[in-house]
Amino acid sequence: MRPFAFSSATDAASAAQMVAANSSTRFLAGGTNLVDLMKEDVERPTAVVSIGDLPFAQIQSTASGISIGATANNTDTANNPTIRQAFPLLTQAILAGASQQIRNMATAGGNLNQRTRCSYFYDTAMPCNKREAGSGCGALGGVNRMHAIFGWSNSCVAVHPSDMCIALAALDATVNVQGPKGARSISFADYHRLPGTTPQRDNTLTQGELITSIEIPQNNFAGHSHYLKLRDRSSYAFALLSVAAALEINGNTIKAVRIALGGVAHKPWRATVAERFLTGKAATEANFKLAADREMVAAKPLQHNKFKVTLGRRAIVRALMNAMAGTGTPTQEN
Amino acid sequence: MSTYQLINSAPVAAIGKPIDRIDGILKVTGTAPYTAELAVPNLAYGVVVGSAIAHGSVRALDVTEALAVRGVVTILTHQNAPRVQLLPERLGETLLRGEGGMTESRQPLQDGAVHYAGQPLAVVVAETYEAARHAATLVRVTYNQLPPQLAVTPAIRQTAPEQYLGNESEKLQVTIGKPDAALAAAAVQVQRVYQSATTHHNPIEPLATIAQWESRDGADFLTLYDANRFVKGLQEVASTAFAMPKENVRVLCKYVGGAFGAKGWMFPPPLLAAMAAKLARRPVKIEWRRQQMFSVAGQRPATKQRLALGAEKDGAITALLHHSQSTSSAVSGFVEPCARMTRMMYGIPNIGFTHKVTHLNLPSPSTMRGPGEVVGGFALESALDELAYELKMDPVALRLRNYAEKNPETGKPWSSKHLRQCYDRGRSLIGWADRKATPRSVRKGRAWLGYGMASTMYPARQREATVKATLFADGRAVVQCATHEIGNGAYTVFQQISADELSLPVERVRFELGDSDFPQAPASGGSTTTSTVGPAAVKACRALIDSLKRLAVQAAQSPLTGAAMDAIEARDGKLVLKEATNQGEAYNEILRRANLPSLTAEGSGKAGPESEQYSFYSFGAVFAQVWVDEACGSVQVKRLCGVYDAGRVINPKTARSQIVGGMMMGLGATLMEETVYDPRNGRAVVRSLADYHAPCCADTPVMDVEFLNIPDPHIGGDFGARGIGEIGCVGTPAAISNAIFNATGKRVRSLPITLDKLLEG
Repeated sequence: MRPFAFSSATDAASAAQMVAANSSTRFLAGGTNLVDLMKEDVERPTAVVSIGDLPFAQIQSTASGISIGATANNTDTANNPTIRQAFPLLTQAILAGASQQIRNMATAGGNLNQRTRCSYFYDTAMPCNKREAGSGCGALGGVNRMHAIFGWSNSCVAVHPSDMCIALAALDATVNVQGPKGARSISFADYHRLPGTTPQRDNTLTQGELITSIEIPQNNFAGHSHYLKLRDRSSYAFALLSVAAALEINGNTIKAVRIALGGVAHKPWRATVAERFLTGKAATEANFKLAADREMVAAKPLQHNKFKVTLGRRAIVRALMNAMAGTGTPTQEN
Repeated sequence: MSTYQLINSAPVAAIGKPIDRIDGILKVTGTAPYTAELAVPNLAYGVVVGSAIAHGSVRALDVTEALAVRGVVTILTHQNAPRVQLLPERLGETLLRGEGGMTESRQPLQDGAVHYAGQPLAVVVAETYEAARHAATLVRVTYNQLPPQLAVTPAIRQTAPEQYLGNESEKLQVTIGKPDAALAAAAVQVQRVYQSATTHHNPIEPLATIAQWESRDGADFLTLYDANRFVKGLQEVASTAFAMPKENVRVLCKYVGGAFGAKGWMFPPPLLAAMAAKLARRPVKIEWRRQQMFSVAGQRPATKQRLALGAEKDGAITALLHHSQSTSSAVSGFVEPCARMTRMMYGIPNIGFTHKVTHLNLPSPSTMRGPGEVVGGFALESALDELAYELKMDPVALRLRNYAEKNPETGKPWSSKHLRQCYDRGRSLIGWADRKATPRSVRKGRAWLGYGMASTMYPARQREATVKATLFADGRAVVQCATHEIGNGAYTVFQQISADELSLPVERVRFELGDSDFPQAPASGGSTTTSTVGPAAVKACRALIDSLKRLAVQAAQSPLTGAAMDAIEARDGKLVLKEATNQGEAYNEILRRANLPSLTAEGSGKAGPESEQYSFYSFGAVFAQVWVDEACGSVQVKRLCGVYDAGRVINPKTARSQIVGGMMMGLGATLMEETVYDPRNGRAVVRSLADYHAPCCADTPVMDVEFLNIPDPHIGGDFGARGIGEIGCVGTPAAISNAIFNATGKRVRSLPITLDKLLEG
């Protein structure tokens, strides 16, 4: 770890100014990812601005849904009574991630901005375009069992590591940010990026822009949603593949459906092909299978992750079946 | 359970009682001091820079920028490192260097050659840990690169060591009878290839050393506080390296935060701290980072094993062949002894096995809990399950059909074996009668349910140790030995044993360990600590009681004056006449009258002539129930039952904990633990506890652990305890894998059995 200047922001505008003024300055919230990366010499900020004291920790109902403050921690978010009742998919996804200790520290905004856990990104002796533009992608021809099957480029095959974001993607969240040029809202689908030729950029924020809150619009999915996470260990393991599934069913007909996949791409991957196929159709396992097959046709696996294509097909069906059965009630997981 | 026959007929007997760990409260409250937490005045901090490449040499090492960081004291490199002597060839009976040896044959920083990625190239020493960490990022190393050798191909250097660790009695290339001919002639043949991944010990406490040099009367003294399970070994290695008398090196370690085979035989880490302290002329601490543990702490190497069984239709196995290949580094001769179970487990007339080692540019391997037995046992016990399936025979019945009444290799009788009882009890614990012989027979919701079992074993040995026991005039006793508390319960069980022998309540006895100034003990490994230090503690305490008796019978004022020694016994802190137990006196009275502040005696134990007459092993049977969700490839181990014939149990609570931990380690090796190296550059791709999946609470099944608790009549006289440190790991992988086959009909022959293998299998 290298020496850095530390300060605490007292208001959002000045925090944004401080970070905007210097490209090697970083916001610090829960610190569960940034500090690790600094210890690994991957992130080398010369200055760190803590936003922990900013008044962004509230979780409140709004006319159109719910607003989650950027510094609300993951534990409080998952256990918020309104979220548990109206957005159980989010609770399930958060509780499927990390460990209790990490969730107690990690924030909502930080969750969106956490960086890939690709081993090549973490090891400074390895090539990685995300860490050091132009150095090459170590994982492309290396060990890539954990890596992307959708949307990757020759520059980067890393995946976004979040569970929470997979649910937020499925729930059509909006990200509110404040920057040196003022405030704006970004739809969740546009928040994270595909790597293309500039994998060093994970999202569409500009330097100095700070997340203030995340909004989820009201929906009719609460009775039929499910977050399915498949991994190598039952807790404290990143997803090999995960599915956030939500159904609004009228009789036996699918009125609305949302499916997002985790562990498959550089960003939370909305299964729009499957969603379009299922909308208006009968909620049956046979239709779920057809939808999953159509979605996974576009998958381009790497050398070590061909299993994700099969797993994706099955997991989409399983998550939808669980959602239909109403097994979306959040339970405490480790 | 059979009853305990107490060593001493004292009414305060502690042996056999499930007393709490002596160090339990300290550990769970964070107050047990571990090596890296010790306060040493004027301490400097060392941070190690590892090699970025896996093969070649250092072309240049530029430390200019690093030295300029405020607080940097010095930087140790191969150019300025103190020159040290080679390791001794052997430590006790253990071969260190050369083919089949335990460890790396080279000393660190004596040249610029690079043999594996992460190999230490420099130690940055600074006033603060932060300055050292920062400066370490500024050390510029350039290399002369050579192509790393990272895949097992015929072109790579291979060796076939004759012996494991230079041990005459553990030959690695063995033919008993005519196994090839017997296999060809067998009615039924099973020939399979099994593989296992590289795995790491990953103790929660990383490696750590504080090295301190002092000069007294013109002589150099070195103190090493080291996270270590072999203080006497490190003392000898360090004194050899620095060419100084053994007495001038002291190694201390009071608590070890887990070892599992690490922290015993990898000497470069503590020697680097000693070199850095010598160069810096002040005490230096090196606390290794988790990421570095995947390069310098040793690991269980990957294996590929060809196994063949030939059998008659009735299940009598006539031939067993086991050809194994493990990987090692370019500078270590370590071989994974995969045939340890193969050579002794079943009564088979024709057995053959070989061991080959491929030397790659990967970090040096080392022992890991159940070396050979865990992965070799997986192959053997999986193959037996496959044979049972071919023969349409119950897996337990097949094992009983081939029950070994004596050691098939040596022909010697077992010292004590009651394995049939383990099979019987295990069957009833798991509910084996519910198992369907045909896979894919039982549904549990969306999952398939299956049962599996395996035999387990571990060699039992008594090594040589000496214990010193001291009784003080206030009635307390202190018992000392240079053994180690590695989570094995050493503080607790030796306190229990000593308390019984001294006939004192356990709280009046303190057992001290982890100091090379204490009497001799071997490495705490090979499941030998209880059976080695225990008998020596018994002898020391008995010698101490005898000394007390002599004082009493010689004292005119004593109520025991003139009594015959063997007419007296120790009872509740007193010496009394056996025939008139109300006649006697307290220990402290005897010492006070003799005007002695304390009384000390030593006792030594080692294997007697019986060790040549019998074959010493612990045995057991492991049973597993699994649920496999085939569509998503997930495996849940629902139950594990293990029944063990491991001799006398000193403390049922710590013993159960040992086995539970061992079984979980076996579960981890079966389902999730795997260290992966990049196939092009040899760097560890898995190098954190997030990526290295050791099982967590949510992976833990319901576990039943039972001991037959039958004392071994040939270990330590009436002592009778064998080791239990490793037997819990062994057998568990095959039991789970066999259960997965029973559930799904899929046989995955490569550990770990991860989701992708089950999906594709």
